[in-house]
Amino acid sequence: MNNWSWSYVGEIMPDILRGLWITVQATFYGSLVSFALGLVWALALRAPSRWVTWPVSIFVEFVRNTPLLVQLFFLFFVLPGWGLTFAPLTTGVIGLGLHYSTYTSEVYRAGIDGVPPGQWEAATALSLPRRRIWIAVILPQAFRRVVPALGNYVIAMFKDTPLLAGITVADMLFQANSISATTFDYLEPITVVGVLFVVISYPTSLLLRALERRLVR
Amino acid sequence: MSADSNPPKDRTDEPSAPAKSAAGTELIRFDKVTKRFGGHTVLDSLDFTVSSGKHVTLIGPSGSGKTTILRLLMTLLTPDEGTIRVGGEYLTHEEKGGKLVPAGEKHTREIRKKIGMVFQQFNLFPNMKVLRNITEAPVHVLGMSKDAAEERARDLLELVGLTEHLDKYPTQLSGGQQQRVAIARALAMRPQVLLLDEVTSALDPELVAGVLDVLRDIAHTTDITMLCVTHEMNFARDISDDVLMFDAGRVIESGAPEKIFSEPEQERTREFLSAVL
Repeated sequence: MNNWSWSYVGEIMPDILRGLWITVQATFYGSLVSFALGLVWALALRAPSRWVTWPVSIFVEFVRNTPLLVQLFFLFFVLPGWGLTFAPLTTGVIGLGLHYSTYTSEVYRAGIDGVPPGQWEAATALSLPRRRIWIAVILPQAFRRVVPALGNYVIAMFKDTPLLAGITVADMLFQANSISATTFDYLEPITVVGVLFVVISYPTSLLLRALERRLVR
Repeated sequence: MSADSNPPKDRTDEPSAPAKSAAGTELIRFDKVTKRFGGHTVLDSLDFTVSSGKHVTLIGPSGSGKTTILRLLMTLLTPDEGTIRVGGEYLTHEEKGGKLVPAGEKHTREIRKKIGMVFQQFNLFPNMKVLRNITEAPVHVLGMSKDAAEERARDLLELVGLTEHLDKYPTQLSGGQQQRVAIARALAMRPQVLLLDEVTSALDPELVAGVLDVLRDIAHTTDITMLCVTHEMNFARDISDDVLMFDAGRVIESGAPEKIFSEPEQERTREFLSAVL
C-alpha cells in the first residue's frame, strides 16, 4: 500500500479543480435543461388530445427506464453517424438534462396537482383565460411546492456527472483518472474527488432543507 | 324563449318561484335541469327563474342540490340535461341552425362574465397581494388599464372595510377579512349576478357578522342580483326577496322570507327550519 502524500494532493489539485468547474457547469446547465423540459412534458401530458399525451408519455417512460450512461453513449457515438455532432460537454448537458427532465416532469405534475381545486374554480369564476390561469395562478403556486424536490434532483444529477467521463468530458473523475494513468497512484486523486463531492453535496442538501422549511409555510 | 314557456308538465302546482314577484326582467332561467353524480340524481328536472335585481336565498338540507345550482351557473359543472339561460342567452349551449348544441368555451365565457361568485373557502390567490387579487381579472379579462383597475379595487376595499390591507398577502389576513376581499374581487368584474356559496360556513363565529354586514350593505345599496346559499337564516330573512326551499333536487316551496320562515306550508320545510333555527 502506498502512503497518503499531501504534496501529491497539492500537485494534482489544479487539474482536479478544473474538472470540478466542468462538473459544476454540466450540473448547472443540465439542471436548466431538465427544469425547462420537465415542465414541457408535464404540461404536454395534460393536453386534451391523446395525439399529444401518448407520444410524450411513451418517450418519457422510455427515457426514464433506460440508463443514463446508455443515453450518453447514444448521443455521443450514434448521433454523429446521423450527422448530429456536439461537443462532449454539450452532449453531456443534453443527456443529463433530458434524463432528469423525465423525473422533474413528475415533480411538476405533483406540484400542479397540489394546487387546490378551489384555485381553478376561482380563476374560472373570474373568467380568466386558460393561459392566464396557468401563468398567473397555477404555476406560481406549483413552483413554490416543487423547489425542494427539484433541488434534490440537482444534487442527484451532480453526483451522476462522473458518467460524463465516459464521453470524454474533462470532469473531476476524468481528470483524476488521467492523472492516475500517468502516475499509477490512484489513492489521492480518487479520494480527493470523492471528498469534493461530499463537501459540495452535503451543505447543498442542508441548504435545500432550510429552503423547504421557508417555502412550505 | 317561446317553445319552453309552457308549464312543467308533471309539477303544475309547484310555485314558479320568484317570477311572480313582478319587478325586474327575468335574468336567470333553469329549464328542466338535471344533474347526476354517478347514480345519484342531485337535481331532478329543475325549473326556476330569478328576476333581475332580486335577492334569492336557497335553503334546504345538505345534499339537496343548492350548491350544485350555483356551480352550474358558474359553469364549474355542466348539466346532464336541460338548459340554463342568463339574460336570455344560453349558458352552456348555442343555437346553431335552429338546434341547441353544446357551446364553445368562448361563448360560455362571454355569458359567464355576467356572473360572479364568492366561495365557502374564499379561494383567494395566495401568490398575489390583496390588491392584485382584485385587479387581476379586470385587467386580463375586461381589458381595464392597471391604474383604472387599481382605483376601482381601492373603492371596493373601502366598501368591504379593508383599505389598509391592500398590500398584504391573503395568508396574513383573518378568514373574515379574506372573505371580504373575495367579495371585492367578485364585484370588481361588475357582475349582474353574485353567487354566494355558504360564504360564512368556514368562518370562526366572531368573524361571521363582519362579512354579513358587508353583504347586507351590498344588497341594500346596489341593484345586483344575488343568489345565495346559506345557513344564516337571519341573514336570509334580512336580505332576501324570495326564499326557495329545496329538498331532493327540487324546489318544494318558495315565497317571501316572512312567509317561508313564519308560516311554511310544507311539512319538510317546517322540519328543516325547526332543525336550523
